[in-house]
Amino acid sequence: MTSVPLNAYLMLALILFCIGLFGALTKRNTVIVLISIELMLNAVNINLVAFSKLGMHPSITGQVFTLFTITVAAAEAAVALAILMALFRNRSTVQIDEMDGMKH
Amino acid sequence: MCDKLLPYAWLIPVFPFVSFIMLLAFRHRLQAYSSYIGSALTGLSLVAAIVVWVTGWSVQSVQHTGVWLAFESVELQMGTWITPLNLVMLNIVAFISVCVHIYSHTYMKDERRRSTYFAWLGLFTAAMLGLCLSPNLLQFYMCWELVGLGSFLLIGFHFEEDKAKAAAKKAFIMTRIGDIGLLAGLILLYWQTGSLQFTDIYTVISSGELEAFHVTLISLLIFAGAVGKSGQLPLHTWLPDAMEGPTPVSALIHAATMVAAGVYLVAVLHPLFMASDTALTVVAVTGGVTATVAAVIAIAQTDIKRILAYSTISQLGYMMLALGSAALAAGVFHLMTHAFFKALLFLTAGVVIHHFKTRNIHQMGHAFSELRFTGMTFLIGTLAISGFPLFSGFFSKEAVLSAVWHDERYLLFSLALLTTFLTAFYMFRLFFIVFMGQGKPTSGPKKALSMALRLPIAALSVPAIGAGFLYTPWFSAFGNWITQWQTAQIDPGHEVPWWMMPSAIMCSLAGIMLAWVMYQKLRVPLRELPYLHAFTLRGFYMDELYHYTIKQPLQFMSTTTVYIEKFVVETVMESSSSFVKWVGKYGARLQSGQVQTYGAVGFVGLSILVFILFWTGGYF
Repeated sequence: MTSVPLNAYLMLALILFCIGLFGALTKRNTVIVLISIELMLNAVNINLVAFSKLGMHPSITGQVFTLFTITVAAAEAAVALAILMALFRNRSTVQIDEMDGMKH
Repeated sequence: MCDKLLPYAWLIPVFPFVSFIMLLAFRHRLQAYSSYIGSALTGLSLVAAIVVWVTGWSVQSVQHTGVWLAFESVELQMGTWITPLNLVMLNIVAFISVCVHIYSHTYMKDERRRSTYFAWLGLFTAAMLGLCLSPNLLQFYMCWELVGLGSFLLIGFHFEEDKAKAAAKKAFIMTRIGDIGLLAGLILLYWQTGSLQFTDIYTVISSGELEAFHVTLISLLIFAGAVGKSGQLPLHTWLPDAMEGPTPVSALIHAATMVAAGVYLVAVLHPLFMASDTALTVVAVTGGVTATVAAVIAIAQTDIKRILAYSTISQLGYMMLALGSAALAAGVFHLMTHAFFKALLFLTAGVVIHHFKTRNIHQMGHAFSELRFTGMTFLIGTLAISGFPLFSGFFSKEAVLSAVWHDERYLLFSLALLTTFLTAFYMFRLFFIVFMGQGKPTSGPKKALSMALRLPIAALSVPAIGAGFLYTPWFSAFGNWITQWQTAQIDPGHEVPWWMMPSAIMCSLAGIMLAWVMYQKLRVPLRELPYLHAFTLRGFYMDELYHYTIKQPLQFMSTTTVYIEKFVVETVMESSSSFVKWVGKYGARLQSGQVQTYGAVGFVGLSILVFILFWTGGYF
């Protein structure tokens, strides 16, 4: 079985990460920004899994670590959405460029 | 007896100080009683001084000190020191101060700020008494500055008048110039001898351990302090201006408290001066020149108090001349007699000024017929200061003259003799114009002088006549007493050349005669010599000289620096502060609160770092 080469995984992860980064930095809707962040996390997960299978010292640690990351990302998404809900109640907007509270 | 009482000598300055504190603290409540409180407490201090004098008569030098401050190895002490010299000074100061207090009772009757006036008098007296009792130079210096403060407050007592304010400031600043010298000398002395106790200083000097250079330097610096305080040339200009103070204050300043301090300083450190010929010469020359110059200036003055002020400067010059001629006894003796007759002259002049309501002598005249008592006592003072035979000034002046002769300073001797003539001349000019002149009799009811005015004047005229007999060519007990403790030598007395006394008498009589001829017989006005008259009237343009040589350059300098401050320093400061403001203003715009911008910037920064990392191929 010809396996998919490591480079392909890494390219996929890179593209995913770049899409995520682009979205996180440019989208004005906060929900989209959060989704983009998830995208970036998953790009990293692909990297981890790819290295755990095809890296120089393959081991199960990478996959275990990915599971942790997914868990933490879920928790993070929950918290972020909760904050977003609170913000929306207060400001009645989800546009990120209107949330310049750090300026003050 | 002596051991029991002398430790309490510290009470002498405490009495007037208590008066000062009381009158200042309960200024309004004690207004009516202020003169009584002041006089009574100063009187107590006079009694204490007399008691100490009587019990400490035979004492050479007794100290009672306590530790004031202790540093690691240095102990600063405070206390009292009884020597014959101190005893003389204490008694003069206390006596004159009591006279002035009693006199002020009437003189300052209508003054609104009576208790303040008496409070300052108390401070002034206490400071001077403390100065005379000081066993070390530090306490001395403290009291010295307090005396300066007292004079400042009293000269500027009528501070609502600009002239009085300016005079007070001038007195303070001029004496301060000398004080810098004194302080420097004091520090040098401590550095060289390791002690400020007078007795220790004597020991070090007599052991001859000090280098000649240091002795000269220290004594000259200390003499600078004395020059400022005692109104010697060139720092004398504050003394005539100090006449803006109330007249009793002038009596106090001129007789006992202020100007005597400088002479006392030189007297108490006389062994130090004796160790350096240069210092002695400087003291003598300063004294001699001051005596003559001030006497010449006094001739042309028209303000009765300014005449007396210049005569004080002149007489102080005599004292310095004597001290510089290695004659401690003569200097201190002249200080003593001068204190009596000058206080007498000022107190009587106060009555005259009060009578005529002016200080210009040309608006006076005929006072003798109206003020018989004052005229008589003023005549006593005038005769004493002129050195008329058998009055106190005669003997003291004669002692000074013979001391100068013995010291072989013949030029200064002739100056001193000339000054005797000038003194007699200007004093009798004053007397003839004021008391015998052809002024209009003043209208208004004549009232007899009150007891409070008469008593001090009468009390002062006794020693003004008789104090001279303490130290005469044929009786030198005073001289021995005053010098022996310090130098451990018997006063050589003054073996006088036979012609000394007659020539001194001749000079003084010639002055009196000339004054009589010019102002009584012929009534020649001195204004005949226009330039010379103006020159002397304005005090040799000394004030103007200082104005143009010191004040104006300083003013120019300060104006220049003000402009530098305004245009150079402020520009630099202003531009640097505005730069920071600008940076802040535009820097603040970077903080937009836009998370995405922050993220983008962070990303770009990271990218650049990574790029650099790869470009350079590893760590830097």
